[in-house]
Amino acid sequence: MSFLAFFTRNRSAPVARDRLQVLLAHERALSGRTDLAALLEKEILAVIARHIAIDPEKVNVRLDRGEQVSTLEIDIEMPEVGWARG
Amino acid sequence: MSTVMVVTSGKGGVGKTTSSAALGAALAQAGQNVVVVDFDVGLRNLDLVMGAERRVVFDLVNVIQGDAKLPQALIRDKRLETLSLLPASQTRDKDALTEAGVARVIAELRERFDWIVCDSPAGIEKGATLAMRFADLAVVVTNPEVSSVRDSDRIIGLLDSKTVRAEAGDPLPKHLLLTRYDSARASRGEMMKVADVLEILAIPLLGTVVETPDVLTASNLGCPVTLHNPNSPAARAYAQAARRLLGHDHFVGRQQVRRGGIMSRLFGKRRAAA
Repeated sequence: MSFLAFFTRNRSAPVARDRLQVLLAHERALSGRTDLAALLEKEILAVIARHIAIDPEKVNVRLDRGEQVSTLEIDIEMPEVGWARG
Repeated sequence: MSTVMVVTSGKGGVGKTTSSAALGAALAQAGQNVVVVDFDVGLRNLDLVMGAERRVVFDLVNVIQGDAKLPQALIRDKRLETLSLLPASQTRDKDALTEAGVARVIAELRERFDWIVCDSPAGIEKGATLAMRFADLAVVVTNPEVSSVRDSDRIIGLLDSKTVRAEAGDPLPKHLLLTRYDSARASRGEMMKVADVLEILAIPLLGTVVETPDVLTASNLGCPVTLHNPNSPAARAYAQAARRLLGHDHFVGRQQVRRGGIMSRLFGKRRAAA
């Protein structure tokens, strides 16, 4: 056993802490994303529905969080008729 | 003013029932009127840990379904007259619990007791969500071990979203109770330290209960450890936790936890960087 190995053997606690920190950061972001995307979808739809008759089934909201850039993607299929008269 | 306190963890076997009995007894020893409620329908054990297993006649499900009145189901502790137990049913399953029924029983308990300690079952299913549903504060029982810490993090998320208080926009106070802690192993780097778990879970520390033989002895005898051997390190930790809950003692914040010595910090950093 080398000198270093004598001092570092069985020091598994820092590994546990680091693994948990990485994992939980990921899991917390995941659970937060579901709620935020659902909330955004609901509120954005409510605003658009005030002016345009839209089919809620034909709306797709996606939130992607990357390390550098996060994107919010909103895909709404517009009806042929139903524009509100201003 | 009564306080509903849920003792929860997500993971099983970390010490929820032991801690419910010990904290309940410690609060009662401090002069509070306490009831400990077993929410683990189908797998009740609080009666056994508190030494009342031969006195159970009616249970929580009987009261919820109107087959018994609350006073018929309450069991008063023979050693401490300010401590009572409301046992779970052993023959039913968790679907026998309803939100309206639990709300009614909790409201009735609030009229009789200062503290209502809800011993949650493991998991995140109905029994666990109903145990936390009406809580005013939560004690998250955690072992310094990866799966327990991860499950506690999940439970903290549920406490922040699925309780009546959280839904009303009033954040639920949550406290960490670290159990089965071995400070010698932690100082050798074999076990996560108190500070590590606090940093990860980011909730205030109610207490650290060291791994000690007294806890098993107390459960063997059916006596909360704070009653069985008040001088044991575990009993002292629970008694101190009770004082903190009563506002007689300060909470330990993350910054107040002593870090390890210079040697362990040096080697800890080296290992973390590797």
